[in-house]
Amino acid sequence: MSEFSLWDIVYNLLLAARWTVLLSLTAFVLGGIVGLLLLMVRTAGNPWAMRLVRGYVELFQGTPLLMQLFIVFFGLPLIGIDVSPWIAAMLGLTLFTSAFLTEIWRGCVESIGLGQWEASASLGMNFRQQMRYIILPQALRIAVPPTVGFSVQVVKGTAVASIIGFVELTKAGTMITNATYAPFTVYGCVAVMYFLICFPLSLYARHLEGKLRHVAR
Amino acid sequence: MSLVELHAIHKSFGELEVLKGIDLKIEEGQVIALIGKSGSGKSTLLRTINGLETINDGTIMVAGKKVGDRDTDVLTLRLNVGMVFQQFNLFPHYTALENVMLSPQVVKKQSKAEAKDVAEEMLAKVGLADKMMHYPDQLSGGQQQRVAIARALAMKPRVLLCDEVTSALDPELVNEVLAVVRQLAEEGMTLVMVTHEMRFAREVCDKLVFMHQGRIHESGAPEDVFANPKTPELASFVGGLA
Amino acid sequence: MAYEFDFGAIVPHWQLLLDGVVLTTELTVIGAVVGVSLGTLAAWARASRAPVISQIVGIYVELIRNTPFLVQLFFIFFGLPALGVKLSEFQAAVLAMIVNLGAYSTEIIRAGILAIPKGQIEAAQSLAMNRVQIFRYVIIRPALKKIWPALSSQIVIVMLGSSVCSQIAAEELTFAANYIQAVNFRAFEVYFVATALYLVMSVLLRWGLKIFGNFLFERRSHV
Repeated sequence: MSEFSLWDIVYNLLLAARWTVLLSLTAFVLGGIVGLLLLMVRTAGNPWAMRLVRGYVELFQGTPLLMQLFIVFFGLPLIGIDVSPWIAAMLGLTLFTSAFLTEIWRGCVESIGLGQWEASASLGMNFRQQMRYIILPQALRIAVPPTVGFSVQVVKGTAVASIIGFVELTKAGTMITNATYAPFTVYGCVAVMYFLICFPLSLYARHLEGKLRHVAR
Repeated sequence: MSLVELHAIHKSFGELEVLKGIDLKIEEGQVIALIGKSGSGKSTLLRTINGLETINDGTIMVAGKKVGDRDTDVLTLRLNVGMVFQQFNLFPHYTALENVMLSPQVVKKQSKAEAKDVAEEMLAKVGLADKMMHYPDQLSGGQQQRVAIARALAMKPRVLLCDEVTSALDPELVNEVLAVVRQLAEEGMTLVMVTHEMRFAREVCDKLVFMHQGRIHESGAPEDVFANPKTPELASFVGGLA
Repeated sequence: MAYEFDFGAIVPHWQLLLDGVVLTTELTVIGAVVGVSLGTLAAWARASRAPVISQIVGIYVELIRNTPFLVQLFFIFFGLPALGVKLSEFQAAVLAMIVNLGAYSTEIIRAGILAIPKGQIEAAQSLAMNRVQIFRYVIIRPALKKIWPALSSQIVIVMLGSSVCSQIAAEELTFAANYIQAVNFRAFEVYFVATALYLVMSVLLRWGLKIFGNFLFERRSHV
């Protein structure tokens, strides 16, 4: 049927998987930074800024990731910025990730009781000091497991970037399928590779969650 | 000049007016108890003195200076006025020692050594020299509350506010906390407390302030207040306690 | 250089968008009803720790939760015919959504079941109920009630995820948008409108699920 052996398929998929990993890492790190900034804005208490961040989160959680990528990919050229699929995918996924992370982290910050804010305020701390010494250290500990858990969603989200033409694992799978006519094998291998990236992250998240519950008594 | 002067303080939560014009002077070295039924506004009043509640109207003067609503004003207020909460509110991720050291370091910019000296002194004062390395969840409620007192004292406030500091404690732990408060009073610390421990208030305080429906209804020396209540509300409050 | 937005260019195609909305809704409703039912059964199997079946469910859940929906869809639509299972675009899309939501709802519902206090089950046992009766009368309602918000969010996520079904030419909303922009070359405007439609649908879906939940878990006497 074709000159592709199973090893050829796997090898080519592995090459493409590097881009999946790179895109995931970039989106996760940049999304984390943007998410943290949004979190600060949201908790600092300006009502308009709060509403704005809430709208941002609603927008990204209420629309398909694919549409977000399309809008970035087709929208930016309209204002004179030509973007490659890589840039569009990175930008889109960063925004997507930031919205979800800021929401996850807000939940963690809000789970810190009012008493902690009041006690630190009564000791003369300002917002920055309260955040840095009292709220974030506690929120961070609670936030690690769901954050690691969400990284799995980011990895899986990168598959959608294939649709705007970014060649990562899924796109490579489609291209190899078109060359080999062996969709069962190829998509099976693609699925296994995603699993090998995501499952350890899922396990780690669960492990952390268990540890946290144990400590919390 | 009084240490703290409240003048015509008004405070509403939405439609509900909880403080309807409060005038109160707190003199250096005075020990004051705010008493009254729940909902009478006494906790809210205490919290306004620490800037935890913003006021709708009126003025707060600390050491002769008016407290505005700028951040720096609130900071000045809080450097002069310490607070101990009903629920302790210790920082769970720090040891007892670190809880006490934190604010002097980050707010007052003391050196670590300096902050540690003060913290050790304060923890010894509340009888917890041997628990300094314990985390809050390794301490009993009474011990946690004593750490909270040490934490407030380490900021060297001129007034200490105590908001029902024994209400969340098991009965057998109440006395160890009251003993610390009593000791502070005897050393001349200026104290304002909201309390339900009437016997304690009577023994320790210079002045009782009875609050009723958002106003100071009656106040005076403990003996007078308890022996000759002038208003039926206070009489009924005092009578209800017996 | 300034780009002239022309949302009017979409108007002639409104019927296509509407058809897309309808198909997305159909996918979502079938996917949700069957998927959550599947998830309920699987969660029961997993929580009851029945030896073999519980492990099979565990593998199913992990496989689905750790691979992208798009790859699951491609596997079902392009891969399964190799095993002699040939599905239409719509069937493949529905199946993918059921399988996907089934796995997520298994985990969500299982958490709800595990949160039922042991005393409840012991009380039911002491009243001589059997396992099926206990599950049906004592466990499932409070368990579902507890996790309803999480389950609702997951259903919304699956609805939004269905946009990638356009890639196997299932004629849902995104497919309609793709088609229209290929005809009128107004990609941004078309996707902008499609995005807005998705946003409206997700708000409505969340709202509908809330109402449905209130109805489902309303306190009412059965006597």
